[in-house]
Amino acid sequence: MQQFPCPFCGERDEREFHFLAEAGKERPNTTVSIDDETWARYLYKQRNEKGEVQEIWMHLTCREVFLLKRHSVTMAVSESVSLRQGC
Amino acid sequence: MHMSRTHAGVQVNTDACFNFEFDGKTLQGCEGDTIASALLANGVVVIGRGFKYHRPRGVWGSWTEEPNAIVQVTLNKRTLPNCLATTTLLETGMQVKSVNAFPSAAFDIKGGLNLLRRWLGAGFYYKTFMWPNWHLFEPMIRKMAGLGAVSEQCFDDYVSDQLHETCDVLVVGAGPAGLVAARTAAEAGESVWLVDDHHTLGATHFYHEFIEGVAARSWIATQLTAIIAAGATVYSSTTAFGIYDHQLVGLMQLQGFAQAPRLIRLRASRIILATGAIDRPLLFRNNDLPGIFSQSAALDYLSNYGVSVGKRVGLASVHNADQVHDVFAKHAIEVVALNPQDEALSAIGRKQIQSVNTSTARESVDALVVCGGLTPTIHLWSHQQGGLRWQKNIHAFVPNREQAPAGLFVVGAAAGIYTLEDALSDAVHVAIGRASTPNLAAVSIPMPSAKTQNRDSQWIDVQHDVTVKDVDVAVQENYASVEHVKRYTTLGMAVDQGKTSNMLGLAALADKQKVSIPEVGITTFRPPFVPVPLVTYGGQHTHLHSKPPKRLVLEPTHRALNAALCEYGGWLRPGWYGDGRMDEHVQQEVLMTREQAGILDASALGKIEVMGPDARNFLNFVYYNRLDNLQPGHIRYGFMLTEGGSVYDDGVVWCMDEHRFLVSCSSSHVAGVEQLLESWRQDGNNPNQIYVHNATSQWATITVTGPKALDIVNALPLPIELNMAEFKHMRFLEATYQNHTLRIARVSFSGEISFELSVPTTQALMLWNDLLRIGKPLQAGPLGLEAMSVMRAEKGYIIVGKDTDGETMPHDLGFTGPRANKTAAFVGDRSLHTKTAQSSSRRQWVGFTVPKDQPMIPVGAHLVNGGDKPKSIGVVTSSYFSPTLQQPIALGLLEAGALRLGEQVSVWHMGQQSRAKVVSPCFYDVSGARLHAG
Ligand SMILES: [Zn+2]
Repeated sequence: MQQFPCPFCGERDEREFHFLAEAGKERPNTTVSIDDETWARYLYKQRNEKGEVQEIWMHLTCREVFLLKRHSVTMAVSESVSLRQGC
Repeated sequence: MHMSRTHAGVQVNTDACFNFEFDGKTLQGCEGDTIASALLANGVVVIGRGFKYHRPRGVWGSWTEEPNAIVQVTLNKRTLPNCLATTTLLETGMQVKSVNAFPSAAFDIKGGLNLLRRWLGAGFYYKTFMWPNWHLFEPMIRKMAGLGAVSEQCFDDYVSDQLHETCDVLVVGAGPAGLVAARTAAEAGESVWLVDDHHTLGATHFYHEFIEGVAARSWIATQLTAIIAAGATVYSSTTAFGIYDHQLVGLMQLQGFAQAPRLIRLRASRIILATGAIDRPLLFRNNDLPGIFSQSAALDYLSNYGVSVGKRVGLASVHNADQVHDVFAKHAIEVVALNPQDEALSAIGRKQIQSVNTSTARESVDALVVCGGLTPTIHLWSHQQGGLRWQKNIHAFVPNREQAPAGLFVVGAAAGIYTLEDALSDAVHVAIGRASTPNLAAVSIPMPSAKTQNRDSQWIDVQHDVTVKDVDVAVQENYASVEHVKRYTTLGMAVDQGKTSNMLGLAALADKQKVSIPEVGITTFRPPFVPVPLVTYGGQHTHLHSKPPKRLVLEPTHRALNAALCEYGGWLRPGWYGDGRMDEHVQQEVLMTREQAGILDASALGKIEVMGPDARNFLNFVYYNRLDNLQPGHIRYGFMLTEGGSVYDDGVVWCMDEHRFLVSCSSSHVAGVEQLLESWRQDGNNPNQIYVHNATSQWATITVTGPKALDIVNALPLPIELNMAEFKHMRFLEATYQNHTLRIARVSFSGEISFELSVPTTQALMLWNDLLRIGKPLQAGPLGLEAMSVMRAEKGYIIVGKDTDGETMPHDLGFTGPRANKTAAFVGDRSLHTKTAQSSSRRQWVGFTVPKDQPMIPVGAHLVNGGDKPKSIGVVTSSYFSPTLQQPIALGLLEAGALRLGEQVSVWHMGQQSRAKVVSPCFYDVSGARLHAG
């Protein structure tokens, strides 16, 4: 069982968290025409990196969504960053 | 039989003896005995039979490494089928039975299988599963295999406690190195846990008479006293069975026979493994005979239990043989020294060893003690992928400190340090976090290899009956990689997980392939180190506790009304009211509602408030339907989609005011919808402009539905009177009821005029009672969820998740508007225009009817096209007998269903085919006149 640091609550067991997405994925602007390829890349293509990864997680008990930096091989967690600016 | 103890062992109290049974015979044991030590003290040598060939087997080890001595034990009417005799403490009145042996271990009628060995060799399971048909062999093999018979008893109190703890330093193993490490860390001020799986701490050390110049036992006692004085937590009977991510250690704490062990999840900043090493067997002919013991076990039985394994004992050892010789001599045990390195030994005896043949002599013995070297216990190290290094002089894989997992350390024999002085000084360094490079070259231990003759009677894995020959065969059949050999021969895959057999297997494989052991590699160790009962992981999370139902505030009231409470989407809700046949009650409740009115507890409906300056645009994005133009006081039905375009939830959205909305989602999706709203809010929107609040549990909702609904609601003590011409379908208003806010929404799931009345939960009982009292003279009464489900089906309304699947898109359900016209972006929008989404053969929402006299169409039945090989073109998702229409109706998804209205379609169910007519999914009040009545 891993422990992740919620920016609000500190170290908590991984079962309190929910993975949302790999970080850095931007939703295409769907009000203009986009090709299948672009949309499919957004929907399905994951980097699935071996090593340092950056992911978006939610801490289910406080509902904070944040950026988690961790290592997908050693499971070491380096940092969690609040998505909010200036608060 | 008689008790034969050479002296009182340290662990047993020979003044406190009692009776127990083995295979029906009454024997005597003492307090402190394990089942194995007591059997040996009684001269019982054959304890079970081999798994595959039913060869007689006896005790080999004295602790968890034991591969043979698995017994079935009954105590106080509780039977456990697979107890390890070497670790189970003996108790008064235990009835011990051998397993894999019928009727007893000494006489086994399947012993004849021994002669069939030729056909049951390596790959037996692989070959049998493949050819010609496993099912032909299965009954026979199932009957023969397995270790004991599962009891039909169910122990209701067999539930594990679970504790969550943390510490600075965990030391696993209370041998000399572990004791020194624990003491050093504890005296340095760290919070220390010391655990050992043995029942008595410090009793595992029997090689040395003196430690640091002090008698070993008093040295151990001194260490323990100091450790406890320094504030450490010390547990015996506690097994560290696995190390998981981020230094979480699973500790199983035994609670006595047939009692569920306790699970402690311990998070330790540093974990020091002092888990010792396990004696390796030697490979020689008939090395599986009862009466052959590991060297450490023989010493353990002698020093701790006062039991000698024999009177004239053969000693074939490559490690510490002189020392062992002296110990035996001191106890007047005659020792026959043997040379396992250079001699091809051969054990002789039918049911137990009687002699050992060397190339020159035949030595009569009543036991044979062997040691083929030591294997460091590195399981826990490997659980965290700690690096290993081949240490040539001791022929062992040892932990590589340069590839240590975070927070993990290893000391003592587990680190391959076999001299006491080196082990102790290294343990001190490790305990205070100082670098240490112990000398592993001080000791040399050879590794005798398998002999060339009689390879089919040199046993590697005695628990799974794997011989050197089996490894040869695996290699010949090209299962050459270590992981393949393991699976092909099942070597190391038994309950003991190869604690004694793994290294022998690697050596035999290396030998056969003429490569070195490190070139062969090693298989992966995975938790748990010893078998852990499944209930230990589950703890109290059983039955209702595994998924506690959500409960209505009015549950006691429903119970008083004789409601049948059922689980719907995680909520315990009234299915119908009254005793007797469900279908009669459901039909009656439908007819009551259609003719008068029904009163339904709808409190489980989601009530998530979404507010803030960006709330409107946010919901317009999250919903399929347009919400940007929803006016205050209005309600709109809509879908939430996944980004893949499939329908995730349906519900209604209320516009409370320009910046405030109420999302009334399905009762089963509240948590999911809330999570979805939160994730879109914080990732992609400005979270300071939107606020999401789940108020589901703060409001109770009671739905009044039916032609008399208006009369009933207007009879409540309200400051307003509802007027249907003004209060149209899909509107809501706020009023006060008994000085509290009352929200009235005109929405309907039944097809009748309906009012959802929401009040703070504190007012729920008063409102419910008022409504029932008012309704009673109008023949209106409580309505359960089953009847509501029938009515919604008559109306053709979907239940998401029941009538839809992961591929259903809104236009499959007839909701095409936003897909065609909505200009703003919304979740899932682009997915509605892919080639798949545009396909003309998509499964669409339709209804089915059969003639009145025919049976209902089963839910789950497939709709098939004609032809010799029918192919599914759809599925029936809902089916009821409609009390309103007095005929069976069904709903489902059918390929191009909207174009097939009026056609007959084949229904396939459990091999039977029937016919049904495809119709519009709305069976009742198609024009909506009743719904929109004003
Ligand atoms: Zn949190």
